[in-house]
Amino acid sequence: MLLFGEQHRATNSGFVAGREMDLDRLSASRRRVLAGIGAAGVTGLMSGPAWAAKARPVSVALVASVPIEQQWVSRIHLALKAAAARGDITYVYSENVANTDAERVIREYAEAKKDLVIAEAFGLERPARKISADYKGTAFLMGSSFPAQAPNFSVFDNYIQDASYLTGIVAGKATKSNVIGLVGGYAIPEVNRLMHAFMAGARSVNPDVKFLISFINSWYDPPKAKETAFAMIERKADVLYAERFGVSDAAKERGVKAIGNVIDTSSQYPGTVIASALWHMEPTIDRAVAKVIDASWSAEDYGPWSGMAKGGCSLAPLDPALVPQAVIDQVRAREAEIRSGAFKVAIDDSEPKPTA
Amino acid sequence: MQASLDLLFTVAFWGAALRIATPLIFGVAGAVLCERAGVLNLGIEGIMTAGAMTGWLAVHFGAGLWGGVLVAALTGAGLGLLLAGLTVKLGLSQHVSGLAVTLLATSASYFGYRLALPAAASPPRIEPFRPLDLPVLSDLPILGPILFQQTALTLLAIAAILGLGLFLARTPLGLAVRAVGENPAAVEAQGIDVHALRIGAVVAGSALMALGGAFLTLSAFNAFFFEMVAGRGWICIALTVFAGWRPAKALLGAVLFGAFDAFQVRLQQASGGLVPGQVFLMLPYLLSIAALLIGARHASAPKALMRPYIRGER
Repeated sequence: MLLFGEQHRATNSGFVAGREMDLDRLSASRRRVLAGIGAAGVTGLMSGPAWAAKARPVSVALVASVPIEQQWVSRIHLALKAAAARGDITYVYSENVANTDAERVIREYAEAKKDLVIAEAFGLERPARKISADYKGTAFLMGSSFPAQAPNFSVFDNYIQDASYLTGIVAGKATKSNVIGLVGGYAIPEVNRLMHAFMAGARSVNPDVKFLISFINSWYDPPKAKETAFAMIERKADVLYAERFGVSDAAKERGVKAIGNVIDTSSQYPGTVIASALWHMEPTIDRAVAKVIDASWSAEDYGPWSGMAKGGCSLAPLDPALVPQAVIDQVRAREAEIRSGAFKVAIDDSEPKPTA
Repeated sequence: MQASLDLLFTVAFWGAALRIATPLIFGVAGAVLCERAGVLNLGIEGIMTAGAMTGWLAVHFGAGLWGGVLVAALTGAGLGLLLAGLTVKLGLSQHVSGLAVTLLATSASYFGYRLALPAAASPPRIEPFRPLDLPVLSDLPILGPILFQQTALTLLAIAAILGLGLFLARTPLGLAVRAVGENPAAVEAQGIDVHALRIGAVVAGSALMALGGAFLTLSAFNAFFFEMVAGRGWICIALTVFAGWRPAKALLGAVLFGAFDAFQVRLQQASGGLVPGQVFLMLPYLLSIAALLIGARHASAPKALMRPYIRGER
């Protein structure tokens, strides 16, 4: 192993030495040319990108850190496929790209002159923002908890707390033991925000409710999520907030109820999943694509486009056989208030703590 | 704290510990077998992933649950044969070959999954193994719910690792496998084919590892996801050292780790948010290191582990 390391270092230093020699050999005239190019680059930077209107279909690439089956990414994928089917875009994607490799993949799509590159910046905020500065003619739409960055780095996130709040109302009314269990992947803003909204919804109709909260530190470990859910059921939880795959399975096996998140799984778990908060990426994607086509792209926060008022999230239809009509009416009333702006769901990104 | 210690004496807790331990029991059984024959199998993580994928895919396409188990075992055996070819026949670095097999098997599994199910919006589900309901045994107090209301694969895992212990300790072939990991030249002097023995051990060991993966998709859950093996293979490699390369102790180690993990989950919920959740997530690993310090101080590795045997060379 040691020998291997030595060899590696030797090759590296040889490479560096070679580069230095090349630079020494640069003639004066070439240096002037290079300086000129540099200056041109600076002027280009000052004037900002000149967006030009584009003909349909524009080219769009998605870089996802997880497989496209993952709840979160599946919603983006779905909206992009719909846009492609309409003929608005040509769509390619790279899935399961490690954060350490994502910078390269995003750059490759930018180099390939994609009009719009959609990716997750969560694990690579700094490099992602650097890339956008390097390719000012490309529109970037990145999943991020941080602000947009001029001129071309727009951000989106699953701000579906409105729908999560409504599922909380259903859960708060459904629990008989007054213990609700929440199983999450990682305690990051995207997850915390929805958990807090869900808990606020449950508390609004049931002040006695207590919450068990666990994070499994993985996006993809259904067996572990299931074990965690079992442990919560042992502690009398009778409604589970299924942030991850595996939780609804535990609920189904032990005959308790589950609340879906981001996607609608009620058909896979009939009688178990009683309400789901759905994320609709279509308003975000459609707006982004339209802005690329008519050359009005700008750095913008697309968060509100995941809100209920703009159709970015909704509550999956409630089944009167599973949820009492009185509760459905209560949910509908609150939904109307959210849509009209009379009621605002608070956004809290801090790590939720168990209360039971 | 009292409440959390009480947890340790519940039937549900030990049932959970054994469920969590099952993939580890298969994996560590495979790892012990390979290493006792002198081959470090770092392909384990990939082999488990491949077993999880092919076993599940076979069931999805109608092979039946035991058919899926068989397909997973064969997948593992095939990958084991590849690793054995590289490490035993060609005598290449066992570290590098093993990691290469892990990378290849993992990526090939994901690729195969996409080829087979290109348009799956959400992974299709299968009907997994049900918990057993055995006459008399399942109704025993305490032992019944912990041991005999598990799925069939958990019992198979325990049987496999105990069987492996008997095989290594009590059979002539088992003696030869152990000898080939300690002193292959002596085995050769007895007129026994060293390479054939090692290849056989790696192939059989890899098949066991793949079953650990298959447990995840056929029993613990009902669908295949990328990255769902989640480092369980590496834990098995550590458990092998912890166990001092002894199957019975490896079983104990796997169950202990399962118990730590089950404890962690429950403690996280019982803490009332006073302690950051990450501390509990760390707990199984910290406790494992502690157990390793105590348990493996006097363990001695097979003498010829990671040494390729080339006939006529001294």
